[in-house]
Amino acid sequence: MEIPYTYKPRPDTGLYNAKVGIWLFLASEIMLFGALFSSYILLRVTSPEGEWPLVERAWPHGLLNIPIGTFNTAVLITSSVTVVLAWAALKMNQFGKFRAYMLVTLACAFGFLGIKSYEYNEKFTHYELRLKDGQVHTGHIEVNGKHAGFWDFGSIYNLDRLGKEQVKEIAFTADPAKPKPGEKHAEGAAHEHKKMTVQVSDIQKLDAFILRNHTFFAIYFVVTALHGLHVLGGALVLGYFAFPGASMWRKNPEQFTNRIEVAGLFWHFVDLVWIFLFPVVYLL
Amino acid sequence: MSDHSNHAPAHADGHDHHDIASHIRTYLVVFGALLVGTVITVGMYYVHFESMAVTVAVALFIASIKAFLVAGYFMHLLSEKKVIYSMLAVTVVFFFALGTLTLWSSNDMPRNSEAKALYVP
Repeated sequence: MEIPYTYKPRPDTGLYNAKVGIWLFLASEIMLFGALFSSYILLRVTSPEGEWPLVERAWPHGLLNIPIGTFNTAVLITSSVTVVLAWAALKMNQFGKFRAYMLVTLACAFGFLGIKSYEYNEKFTHYELRLKDGQVHTGHIEVNGKHAGFWDFGSIYNLDRLGKEQVKEIAFTADPAKPKPGEKHAEGAAHEHKKMTVQVSDIQKLDAFILRNHTFFAIYFVVTALHGLHVLGGALVLGYFAFPGASMWRKNPEQFTNRIEVAGLFWHFVDLVWIFLFPVVYLL
Repeated sequence: MSDHSNHAPAHADGHDHHDIASHIRTYLVVFGALLVGTVITVGMYYVHFESMAVTVAVALFIASIKAFLVAGYFMHLLSEKKVIYSMLAVTVVFFFALGTLTLWSSNDMPRNSEAKALYVP
């Protein structure tokens, strides 16, 4: 049996069926991300006043790399325009251009994921350290002379693990201290990374910048990882249409063009979500 | 690839080459506007507004303009069929209802001193 209305519009809706289908799916996606955005705002507005890490559980500021985030935003916007140009190329019967635009889209998609991986790794290897004498630092640790490697989950430590492995001391390289409002650092102090040896018995809390550490990290990783999975899923579908799935262009060019439009709509939605995520998570 | 190029273009929705060429120019202008919008968003971060509410409002206002450009032009929502608008109208209602219900619970969230008391390292 032939699937109806794959390219001809259905009389009652005026649209081919896949287009109605993708918009219904996107409506459900709006609700999914809406729930997470609402949760983010709720956690943000009800967090204690003050500056993290000086105030425990206060909302952290300036932890995310804004130049990298800005660059990644530009990468995703570029992929959004190339996917719509790929669709336009098919409309103009230019298959070669279509494939070129799809390749640029795929490069942007995997570039975005690569950059996000780098950012994640920066968080997995970054630590909050609270000492029993009240000192608070953020920075990087070395345990038994070993730094954490790229995506090296085995190197993520906390106080429990240090105890279980009977580690007596760790090396800690602290981030430069942030000046208090209205104060300026002495020359050079702003970039000073203080190195110290910390006795495990003096530690009150040690945890990486991961989900369990703080509600900020929990919501940041959940919402950006869910978005990242959408990027990955979208890239796989676009990759399929750019190569093996492109054989449909020979048999049924109109249906294939509509498939690209539908996949493109999903891709634009992924871009739309990032347009809101970037200022909310990185800048506010 | 050459065997792909001898097909009739897809005209089921009535677009012709001239229409598409004019769409492409629009896409490129929107692309430029989105990049400029991104730069303005980041620039606003370095302008410190006294009120947090103003900061949030400015950030979301710029994001909304960018979202309008993507949805309106790349997703063709400015010239879409009524059935899609109806679906999205219902979604918008539920989206704001969901947000309102979530934020309504903010009074039940632990605040400053309570939060500290609840914290277990």
